[in-house]
Amino acid sequence: MARRLPRKDVVIVGLGWTGSIVAYELARLGLDVVALERGPWRDTASDFNIGTAPDELRYAVRHDIFLRPKQETLTMRNDPSQTALPIRKWGSFLPGNGVGGAGLHWNGQTWRFLPDDFRIRSHMIERYGAGIMPEGNQIQDWPVSYDELEPHYDRFEQVAGISGKAGNIKGTIQPGGNPFEGARAREYPTPPLKQGYAQSLFTKAATGMGLHPFPRPSGNISAAYTNPYGCSMAPCTYCGFCEWFGCANYSKSSPQTCVLPALVREPTFEARTDCEVTKVNLSADGKMATGVTYVDAAGEEWEQPGDLVLVCAFSLFNVRLLLLSGIGKPYDPATGEGVVGRNYAYQTGSGASAFFEDAKFNPFAAAGSLGVALDDYNSDNFDHGPHGFVGGASITSAHTNGRPIRYHPVPPGTPAWGSAWKKAVKDTYQRVTYVGAQGSVMSYRNNYLDLDPTYKDPLGRPLMRMTFDYQPNEQKMANWMAERCQEIAKAMGANSTRLSRLGVPWSVVPYQTTHNTGGAVMGSDPNTSVLNRYLQSWDVSNVFVMGASAFPQNAGYNPTGTVGALTYWSLEAIFKYLKSPGALVPR
Amino acid sequence: MRPTDRSRGGGAFHHGIGAGTTRRAFLLATAALLVTSKGVSARVITKVLPWRPNEAYPVTPVVPGGYLFFTADEAAVVEAFAERLIPADELGPGARQAGVTTFIDRQLTGPYGGHDWLYMEGPFSKNPLPSQGLQSELTPRQQYRNGIAALEAYCKATFNRGFVELDAAGQDKLIAGLEKGEVQLPNFSSKMLFNAIYTNTIEGFFADPIYGGNRDMVGWKLVGFPGTRYDFRDVIDRPNQAYTLPPVSMQGRPAWGER
Repeated sequence: MARRLPRKDVVIVGLGWTGSIVAYELARLGLDVVALERGPWRDTASDFNIGTAPDELRYAVRHDIFLRPKQETLTMRNDPSQTALPIRKWGSFLPGNGVGGAGLHWNGQTWRFLPDDFRIRSHMIERYGAGIMPEGNQIQDWPVSYDELEPHYDRFEQVAGISGKAGNIKGTIQPGGNPFEGARAREYPTPPLKQGYAQSLFTKAATGMGLHPFPRPSGNISAAYTNPYGCSMAPCTYCGFCEWFGCANYSKSSPQTCVLPALVREPTFEARTDCEVTKVNLSADGKMATGVTYVDAAGEEWEQPGDLVLVCAFSLFNVRLLLLSGIGKPYDPATGEGVVGRNYAYQTGSGASAFFEDAKFNPFAAAGSLGVALDDYNSDNFDHGPHGFVGGASITSAHTNGRPIRYHPVPPGTPAWGSAWKKAVKDTYQRVTYVGAQGSVMSYRNNYLDLDPTYKDPLGRPLMRMTFDYQPNEQKMANWMAERCQEIAKAMGANSTRLSRLGVPWSVVPYQTTHNTGGAVMGSDPNTSVLNRYLQSWDVSNVFVMGASAFPQNAGYNPTGTVGALTYWSLEAIFKYLKSPGALVPR
Repeated sequence: MRPTDRSRGGGAFHHGIGAGTTRRAFLLATAALLVTSKGVSARVITKVLPWRPNEAYPVTPVVPGGYLFFTADEAAVVEAFAERLIPADELGPGARQAGVTTFIDRQLTGPYGGHDWLYMEGPFSKNPLPSQGLQSELTPRQQYRNGIAALEAYCKATFNRGFVELDAAGQDKLIAGLEKGEVQLPNFSSKMLFNAIYTNTIEGFFADPIYGGNRDMVGWKLVGFPGTRYDFRDVIDRPNQAYTLPPVSMQGRPAWGER
């Protein structure tokens, strides 16, 4: 029997990027805020000291700081006719755990989606006719526009200290930036990172091809910076331990670096770690949340009453918590009815390796967001008419690390072991680079999330079941993008290239990306969305759900910039809600 | 009921929460703990960031010598096998000299060896899809123990001697057969044994030497990985130039002091 704790004004589930931002902004108003985090407290000085941080085996291979599948995992299958089995060991994606969440271990690539991405359904049909829309798609316009989000993208970039070069300030194209981006109010807070040798070859080749390369926006920051919350960051040292690691230099934008030092000083804020929220509790009529129930590390169950419940876990676990709490109608692909779990999407990865006769790329001198990108093939920046697919990709030349357990590339045809392998590993390490395409994934009727009928977590609750595969539209798009990457790789002067097509069926085994989106999407129609345009539940008006679970489909970018923008957008609405509680959009 | 390992902050090296909490809780009165009838059960952080200098929790360095999991015979098989995967040759030391067998032995005695952090609840499917990844009930410890026994039984039955007594060419041929699944071991998946030794050999050759492998940073020297220097601003400023400084590990370099 859960013991009841004193009421709080705001109960936050999960203390990552979104949870820490909303906690700070609301505690600053004097509200009593408690954040419940199922993992441990983590901070830079204690957990990511330079003496222990650069440890590839511990973090990138054994997954020390990640959510342990023993605690919670998902089951997975490629289509509804199959039997889902548990993801026993993380592979394709790697959910975080503990304070900081995915914002602790990410690479820091911080994009704004393009204006067209927010009205992709309307835009594509207007330009190409309904025939271009893929079979079985459930693509829908976002209920918010780029222009509405612009001040909130700006706010997140300012808080995170993002390094980059603007391409469009108030409608004026800026040399050296991305000419395709939506209009920005101002420059990035810090200048772009320096780039490596591969990026200089890419820039020259792409420019020669009439493309528009620019340094990609980075949350590994280039210069000392103090953000609007008074938190200070230090310049990146290009150590090559970003993704899957905590940063020991205070150079990577993260809740630890950018928010927690300010948040923890707010006297009305309290974090409880090692506390897993098991349910959002509802009133008898199901229309209001009364708080949450959680279980602490000793297995004790507690009830935490609260006036406002903000669901701020990782996207997948937001969806599971809604399903377990009975908030919103679960999606059923057979009937097409229901909303929770609907429109799960992901990301494509394809590209080309470029082998050079003689080069010293020094892949270890790197950062998670170091890289030069181009958007000529993203969104609808090119004519889709001849290609017959929807979506696009950002194409990038990057080196994020040279950590050798996982990074020891060899040319095609090399044996997997023995002296010939060893020689190839030695000869190739310095003279290969990669041109990659990170692409959009649209939403489809049969790509969705629900509760698994068989497998349970240690508390006896059903695991979530993921049914997902790359559809023909994504395969066509990603494989076309791989060819574009190969053209650029050849123009860079590679003497041989290897095409990397999209791997199908989607497999949990190789790491791909932790850009899991959708399942609790925002929209303008309660029949096709869980949340209204302010991330407020259509069904339970004192529940807001932050994060990439709100994306109606995914764009050809990393999600965090848009997650941050949506958080500030939603916060503005929450401020209004606090003055006058109730549904912000009538059902 | 709940896993109480380091991911939940309950480990002896992590944050000192648990038995060693008193001193810290005293020093940081605002970092309180929720105390219940069953004792300490959650951590409450408010008003102050709860850290103290030099508190980072390090790994325990592996001390080479002897084996904690393998028998001497098992260790000899693993060492011979790993040495064929990464042989000593004109390019430098192989898996044996790198200490890969010690690395694997110590890894098997830790949480990795029991798949302690993985989801190991049944039912286990007999015919999973390849896209569903790991679906075996066997932990790495069981894979090594049963797999090496099966390999030895196969070698005795087929060649009338053990794996280590085969010549290099014979070992290579057999390993290639295991890799492709063409050799049928008695009651054990040949691919599973190959994959276990292969994966752990690569890890042991390239992981920080603190784990017992990559001795003298031989793996890092092979490719030119500088290790844990954590600052390559100088390299970024000199594109396409060779990096000439020797590597550094978490325990420094041999030249820095007593080994």
